[in-house]
Amino acid sequence: MNRVVVLLLAAAMAWLPAAAAQPAAGGDAAPLQFEDAAEARRFRALVAELRCVMCQNQSLADSEALIAHELRAEVLALMRSGMDDDRIKAHLVERYGEFVLYRPRVEPGTWLLWFGPGLLLLGGGVLVWRLARQGGARREVPEDEGQEW
Amino acid sequence: MTRGGMRWIPLAVFGALVVLLGAGVWMSRQPDRDALPSPLIGKPAPDFALPLLHEPERVVSLQDLRGEPFVLNVWGSWCPECRVEHPLLTRFAQSGRARVVGYNWNDAPEDALRWLEQYGNPYALVVVDRDSGTAIDWGIYGAPETFLVDAAGIVRWKHVGALDEAALRDGLLPALDALGDAP
Repeated sequence: MNRVVVLLLAAAMAWLPAAAAQPAAGGDAAPLQFEDAAEARRFRALVAELRCVMCQNQSLADSEALIAHELRAEVLALMRSGMDDDRIKAHLVERYGEFVLYRPRVEPGTWLLWFGPGLLLLGGGVLVWRLARQGGARREVPEDEGQEW
Repeated sequence: MTRGGMRWIPLAVFGALVVLLGAGVWMSRQPDRDALPSPLIGKPAPDFALPLLHEPERVVSLQDLRGEPFVLNVWGSWCPECRVEHPLLTRFAQSGRARVVGYNWNDAPEDALRWLEQYGNPYALVVVDRDSGTAIDWGIYGAPETFLVDAAGIVRWKHVGALDEAALRDGLLPALDALGDAP
């Protein structure tokens, strides 16, 4: 019982470093300024597809962590330096890993992620189809096991 | 398949789901499961040129640190976890296994200096990054974070969060030992 309590406490405390380990953002020092609506649109679409590395359940667009502010500024600077969206994403993946992408790239390491659900659905479909066919063939057999289904 | 065999299918599906969920819980048991694996491991450390905390007019680059392995420890006076790892980091620095370079991140110099004075300075030198220009290159996203860079400037190991005995015993020290075999 004590061990369970200790484990629960440890699990609760595991959140503390993540919550604590970021610089005190003294408010959003300088909101980003866009040159035109097209740039703003492109920026918003891009940061919505990037994960905040500090608070991993938020996108870069939504996060208030200081590192997210700085990464947004970096993304805008990279946009203005003439990089296209794919190059900017690759730039961040080189530094923070595949994890920053909400839509991981299709490559051998992510095949299971991309195609696993489809395969599962296909397998389930085949199973249901076969069961249904068997059920149809047996309709004549009287129910003798007292099963409700 | 007989009818008797078929009625086990829902139970088998349920069992498979239980195994799947159980595996998810089991895999999330490590306390540092939020730590991102660094893509920099095994790659050359990103270059930098940053001023020293104690001599702001002197700029140190990665080139200046080559020749011997060093441990780069990201910290800030605003970071409570940095205080937690501080005694352990100090002991490691005193052991002389490797130079410990401080990476003072997003901090006011006077606060950083006061922090070092109050708790003690384990660092051989401290570089200052106030606007995260270099931090993004290194994939730094919080403090504390600790890197091991070998003599040739290759990143060998990284730890996110406060260093503890386990991270030292199972991470940093073996990584340092491995450098001895293959410099």
